[in-house]
Amino acid sequence: MKTKITAPEGLPFIDMEREFDAPVELVHRAYVEPELVKQWLGPRKYEMVIEQWDARDGGAYRFVQTDGENRYGFRGVFHRMAPDLMVQTFEFDGAPGHVSLDTQRLEAVGDGRTRMTSRSIFMSVEDRDAMIEAGMSQGVDDGYNRLDELLPTLMVAAAR
Amino acid sequence: MQVDQLSQVFGALADPTRRAILMRLADGDLTVADLAAPFPVSQPAISKHLKVLESAGLISRTRRATARLSHLEAEPLRDAAKWLARYQAYWDARYDQLDELLARLQHPEDDAERKDDR
Repeated sequence: MKTKITAPEGLPFIDMEREFDAPVELVHRAYVEPELVKQWLGPRKYEMVIEQWDARDGGAYRFVQTDGENRYGFRGVFHRMAPDLMVQTFEFDGAPGHVSLDTQRLEAVGDGRTRMTSRSIFMSVEDRDAMIEAGMSQGVDDGYNRLDELLPTLMVAAAR
Repeated sequence: MQVDQLSQVFGALADPTRRAILMRLADGDLTVADLAAPFPVSQPAISKHLKVLESAGLISRTRRATARLSHLEAEPLRDAAKWLARYQAYWDARYDQLDELLARLQHPEDDAERKDDR
């Protein structure tokens, strides 16, 4: 079950699509209940500390990912957290003033499965690229990126 | 390089046959017949994969006499190694964790077996 990601040219968006083998109601709980959010939203190698997660219209959130040495804080405001439309802002402490708007929708696709579609809207294309660079530099873990395995061989060969 | 091209690159790399084709082209240019030989798929299927790789900018194709040679292009890979690929890896890992959580919530009793399966 792979995440489908598209980043349209010239538009400060990133769209994602992913299916989950669970009903909408349960997936929704994983987005609104802090004790559940804590179990999946943070990279494994970091401790996820949720300082606030008030998932209702006008509520706010703040969480910190820490490996003991470094601390990365994120915060935002919830505008709507219904399963069919969740809207919230997102800001990384490391790039204050650069705020993105995240929208996520959950829909039942049969067999007790749920499709999540999301769109993150950034302040500009440059903002999107810079924020992602900053955010990802600390986030990629789990030995997950197959590109990292593929690249060394291909790069060496292509340089010949 | 444009951003939509980056997602094309990532899409092209998502397929194991296409990754294998790129690895083989790393050793030098090859024809479709050369490329098809080690795979249990037909030449037309390989041609389809080559089209995907070509439109992602990962290979270029030239004619030599009657043969059409595929050539590895490295630059898009360099770009793909940057943010989009990392973004994908990041969210794949998060959503995999969400899968595990959802499984635990639905079937708390076989939690242990589930972990063994993964």
